[in-house]
Amino acid sequence: MNGRFIVDGVHEGMSRRDFLKLLTIATATMGLPVSFVKKLEAAIKAPDRPPVIWLHFQECTGCTESLLRATNPDLAKLIFDLISLDYHETIMAAAGNQAEAVLTHMMEKNAGKFICVVEGSIPLKDGGIYCQIGGKRAVDILREVSEKAAAIVAIGNCASFGGVQSVDPNPTGASGVLDVVKDKPVINVPGCPPNPYNILATLLYYLTFRKVPELDKYNRPKFAYGRRIHDHCPRRAHFDAGRFAREYGDEGHRSGWCLYQLGCKGPVTYANCPTTQFNDIGVWPIGIGHPCVGCTEPGVGFHLPVRFRVKPQEVVPPEEYPPIKTREGKVTVAGVAAASAALGAALGAAGVAASKLPDKEVEKHGGGKAEKS
Amino acid sequence: MLEDTRYEVVKGRIFTKTFMIFTFFVALMVILLGIRFFKGLGAVTNLSDGYPWGIWIAYDVVVGSALGCGGYALAILIYILNKKEFSPLMRSALLTGALGYTMAGFSVIIDLGRYWNTYGFFVPSRWNPSSVLFEVAVCIMAYTLVIWVELTPAVAERTGWDRRKVEKVVMIAAVLGLILPTLHQSSLGSIHLISLGKLHPLWHSGFLPLYFLSSVILMGYAVTSAESLLSSMYFGRPYETPLLKKLTTYMVYIGFAWILMRFLELLLWGKLPLVFKSGLYSVMFWIEIALFLVPSYMLWKLRGELTPRKIFVYSIIYLFAGALYRFNVYLIGWNPGDNWVYFPSFMETLITLGIISFEFLIYLAFVKTFPVLPAKEV
Repeated sequence: MNGRFIVDGVHEGMSRRDFLKLLTIATATMGLPVSFVKKLEAAIKAPDRPPVIWLHFQECTGCTESLLRATNPDLAKLIFDLISLDYHETIMAAAGNQAEAVLTHMMEKNAGKFICVVEGSIPLKDGGIYCQIGGKRAVDILREVSEKAAAIVAIGNCASFGGVQSVDPNPTGASGVLDVVKDKPVINVPGCPPNPYNILATLLYYLTFRKVPELDKYNRPKFAYGRRIHDHCPRRAHFDAGRFAREYGDEGHRSGWCLYQLGCKGPVTYANCPTTQFNDIGVWPIGIGHPCVGCTEPGVGFHLPVRFRVKPQEVVPPEEYPPIKTREGKVTVAGVAAASAALGAALGAAGVAASKLPDKEVEKHGGGKAEKS
Repeated sequence: MLEDTRYEVVKGRIFTKTFMIFTFFVALMVILLGIRFFKGLGAVTNLSDGYPWGIWIAYDVVVGSALGCGGYALAILIYILNKKEFSPLMRSALLTGALGYTMAGFSVIIDLGRYWNTYGFFVPSRWNPSSVLFEVAVCIMAYTLVIWVELTPAVAERTGWDRRKVEKVVMIAAVLGLILPTLHQSSLGSIHLISLGKLHPLWHSGFLPLYFLSSVILMGYAVTSAESLLSSMYFGRPYETPLLKKLTTYMVYIGFAWILMRFLELLLWGKLPLVFKSGLYSVMFWIEIALFLVPSYMLWKLRGELTPRKIFVYSIIYLFAGALYRFNVYLIGWNPGDNWVYFPSFMETLITLGIISFEFLIYLAFVKTFPVLPAKEV
């Protein structure tokens, strides 16, 4: 077995139309112009595209589930067509020593080139003994693989920030990838689960441009995590107007009002959920009436009770409203000078002319001075 | 013919120093117009959504066409009141009128944002006959043509065309020349009937058309007097003082009547307190009234002992009065919202100066080519 779980022929199993459609969605997710679809396509078809090694640690496999259950168009299938996924413990057929052999083999073969995707947190307490695979501690596996990887993508809240396991008292010392790997570029794609398009777009971005996308202070790609949920929330107008759901199922809740009073973490959470949404049918937590739990935000998701009301970062709804009347039009010094000069010249010319005109009764044939010519 | 007066060509070189100065301003205007037509209004003007009409409309079109109404105002005297003695002033008044109106029409095209749609004006299916602006456009365009036709005898005399053939057309033109300005000069006031709420109540009134029409006749006489005196001085010709003295009588009548109408309206509509309570608007109102009142009073007081200089000075003041009234209605008293400001930009003003220069330029060339000014009595 060469480690490729599903063949890497791009056109196998999907029409070109579907393929381009997917690339367009991914391009849009990255906030890139449509012209980049071609670049993406070229990168995916390139024979030397970096393979992906997918590691699982302390987690629920929800991120992988999220990918597998994406439906538009056959995302579960496409992701294996699009990226050269060489090792994935959950879905690979191999098991036991055979699987571990594949990992070692692929790592050696693609040293310095492959992308390491990490799903799940890494327990560091007591020497990291709480998660072991094939007798190896998670932290050691990660160190070993990351050493040879070109870049590491931490998928999900667990791999990014420690996840639900890291909540007090954090018995296993669950930590994110960044707490272990310090010498490689780490891209966090948090969420519980993260939007499959964000995972895909991040991987494709790296494949296409061979560099890490622009990241925010938590190493999240800005194209997906650059904007606050609150600011793009379709229920935002209700927040500004003070229309809140106060209990699940009350009138406000049924009317689709703002979920802030129910503990929505939208005001402090950065993600593209309101715009990208989930399951390809336009659903997302707030959309179905559940407050955002802040699963993309360190220290918010799992750390704060769902019912806990966060302090909005902007207490006064918008910083400032666009003025109804804006100061418009301009007065320039040169304009005033020119107009004044013109008026002055007119008055001056009239004055000069008046002074030259005789101020006495003149003979009908009198006439003025002769024209200078 | 309607007029038996003799006219003569002014002798002298066309390319004088004065001529060259005007040429310079015209050349400058041509360059700026290039910028305006290729880069748009914003590149040249300070116009905005709040003030889509600036100095080009307020001065070049509204004041400019008013200054071109000398021929119209004289025609009222000559043809309606049968005061044939004013005929000698007619041709030069027509010339200033022709230039004023031609440049007013030209200014409208400069001011049109999408000037390439101007052709629509010649396509009847694209007309909107309910629009005051349409009426103004038709009349100004027709009247421009009419004035030039009225000037053809001057060309005919010079070129030796058969004058009688020309005169038949000129007769019709003269009739139209009486009707058209009555229509569109009042319409220039009617335009602002719609500005209720934007135009300050000191100026907004149902009588706007009447104010515009009456003051334009006054301005017509004033501009004719000033122009006659100036050309007499500049070309070393005799002053038409006796004629102009008679003309001042009409100016005084209209001037006093105009002020009376303004105050009567303010009184009857209960707007009189506004003349003191409106801040800058009150100031502008009083300057405007003073500019009408001072020459009216002085011309009436001095009626027996008027000299060319005095007639000139008071005529000029009348012109400033009429111009300020129009500026007050079109720009100063017109407020689209307190957040908007407008003052013409440097280039905007230069284009207006270029247009004025162009009128002087053509006037100087025209009177030295065709018989326009009254002949000296030998």
